Amino acid sequence: MELNVVTKPEEIMDIKEIIKPENLVYQKSELLNDDIMHYCPGCSHGVVHKILAELIDEMGLQEKTVGIAPVGCAVFAYNYIDIDWQEAAHGRAPAVATGVARVNPDNFVFTYQGDGDLASIGAAEIMHACNRGENILVIFINNGIYGMTGGQMAPTTLEGMVTATTPNGRNVDLNGYPMKITNLIAQLPGTSYVTRQAVHTAATARKCKRSLKKAIQNVLDKKGTSFVEVVSTCNSGWKMSPVEANKWMDENMIPYYPLGDLKDSVKGEHSEN
Amino acid sequence: MGELRLMKGNEVLAEAAIRCGCDGYFGYPITPQSEVMETLMARQPWNETGMTVLQAESEVASINMVYGAAATGKKVMTSSSSPGISLMAEGISYIAGAELPCLIVNVQRGGPGLGTIQPSQADYFQSVKGGGHGDYKMIVLAPASVQEMNDFVDLGFELAFKYRNPAMILADGAIGQMMEKVELADQKQRWTKEEILEMSSDWATTGKTANRKKNIVTSLEMDSDKMEENNRRFQEKYRKMEEEEVRYEAIQCDDAEFVIVAFGTSARVCQKAVEIARAKGLKVGLLRPITLFPFPKKAIQELARKAKGFLSVEMSAGQMVEDIKLSVYEAGSNARVNYFGRMGGLIPTPDEVVEALEEKFSWELSYGVKRSY
Repeated sequence: MELNVVTKPEEIMDIKEIIKPENLVYQKSELLNDDIMHYCPGCSHGVVHKILAELIDEMGLQEKTVGIAPVGCAVFAYNYIDIDWQEAAHGRAPAVATGVARVNPDNFVFTYQGDGDLASIGAAEIMHACNRGENILVIFINNGIYGMTGGQMAPTTLEGMVTATTPNGRNVDLNGYPMKITNLIAQLPGTSYVTRQAVHTAATARKCKRSLKKAIQNVLDKKGTSFVEVVSTCNSGWKMSPVEANKWMDENMIPYYPLGDLKDSVKGEHSEN
Repeated sequence: MGELRLMKGNEVLAEAAIRCGCDGYFGYPITPQSEVMETLMARQPWNETGMTVLQAESEVASINMVYGAAATGKKVMTSSSSPGISLMAEGISYIAGAELPCLIVNVQRGGPGLGTIQPSQADYFQSVKGGGHGDYKMIVLAPASVQEMNDFVDLGFELAFKYRNPAMILADGAIGQMMEKVELADQKQRWTKEEILEMSSDWATTGKTANRKKNIVTSLEMDSDKMEENNRRFQEKYRKMEEEEVRYEAIQCDDAEFVIVAFGTSARVCQKAVEIARAKGLKVGLLRPITLFPFPKKAIQELARKAKGFLSVEMSAGQMVEDIKLSVYEAGSNARVNYFGRMGGLIPTPDEVVEALEEKFSWELSYGVKRSY
């Protein structure tokens, strides 16, 4: 594909001359609608939404997909992707998804949950849905903080990290330890594919898309629960610029929550990790 | 005539669920209703009708499984007993807020707290006044026999889908555990995918197709004007239930000077109490609310024009008595409203009821007229 390159002022073309199908190098998925997202600039949610919409579109799953939105920043996920959605109570998305998937085994059902939703208030529901090996995909956004309620401590908040409820930093004697819930999930025989990804660079985002595609295919193949953690930024909650947040995540979050597959097996096998 | 069997109330709930074409049951064991799920698991309806039965990790999970499955337009239910229903309160509020049809059975036991496993009716307030947060109502059916346990499963689903609202069967441990003769319904087919789409394509999350907009099931609305509008729509629905769905049974009320009001197990006891009182020459009738919400307010107001007094007989500290009082006072009647009941898992005896009636209305019985305040 040859792009028109403008070199001299007298050669400036009308914009319509430039925006032509043959010059198109990127297009957003038709499933991602034109609503302005409420997410803060720099937040990982937008990228994950984009990847998810692309995959549902590319894999031809719109008509069989039911998404379960959480309570948290992604509560309005249902506004952005053009599929059927249910909004669950805080932490209950895996139970809601179980209900959908059990009486509609032909549907593709996924939950989209944050760390407060999944690892704190919904810890029981996620453990048992994964242990039963429900044929659902779980997308777990781990940004180490409660974004929507104003930046309070989450179970995944790092030691020493300052939040609205740990103004002097997370003290493990007082608040316990940052929870690697994905490692626990990987121990459950009901899960078939458990991975930890990120989307803060083009390379990690592409890798995350490949992982999500595999996770979706596992669910379609009825291999049990697929679980994709996305280590994410919350620059507003972390009180950083988007660029600083990406750097901070690389230096602090990823060493504690290392990226990569924790389990890749058929249903019934235990993880070695 | 349908098939006749001698069955426990709890077993009948399971059988009726299968026979009415229920798509899914999600539950968690709790005494005195565990036989519901046990019977379903033994019957294995997934082989016969395709009905799903799943033991959840908690009541919190079961009610949310009901939410998810109900939001796809399917006929789904759960059952529990008092402490379990408290755990479900959050989910029930969400179900009412998202306007989903489903059936919830509460086989009540005595409280508060862990209380007792013996029968009780102390969840009346929780059932008819909301239970969870926010302004919502459930349709509440109160069975007084094993036959009604059977009949109200189908009726509960019918009303739940008519109003897109949760319906509850409010039974108690006695009705759940006792065995009676029951006439079972014939097996109905589960709804097909096409039937569900025809009924529910404007709201159910069955998968977005090209011919419709995406469906979103939620109770969330950040715009307060729109949220008030939603609330108005709910209230309008509840008013419509109050106009169209009141069900009750009036026994010997035509000439009654004293009306006993009782539901469920207490109503069974009070039927005998009416016989004893009548034998003593007292003009006593029994009004048995079948729907607790909507409450048979007009029937009570009609009776209040002639009756000298009402006695609410409950297996609680007196909860329904408040609704009777409201009804009577709103009608401008000066009939006195009293309460008699037992708590802690005890069931009043017919003699106790008659004795209470004579004692509480001794003034009216002595002077033969209504007592003014």
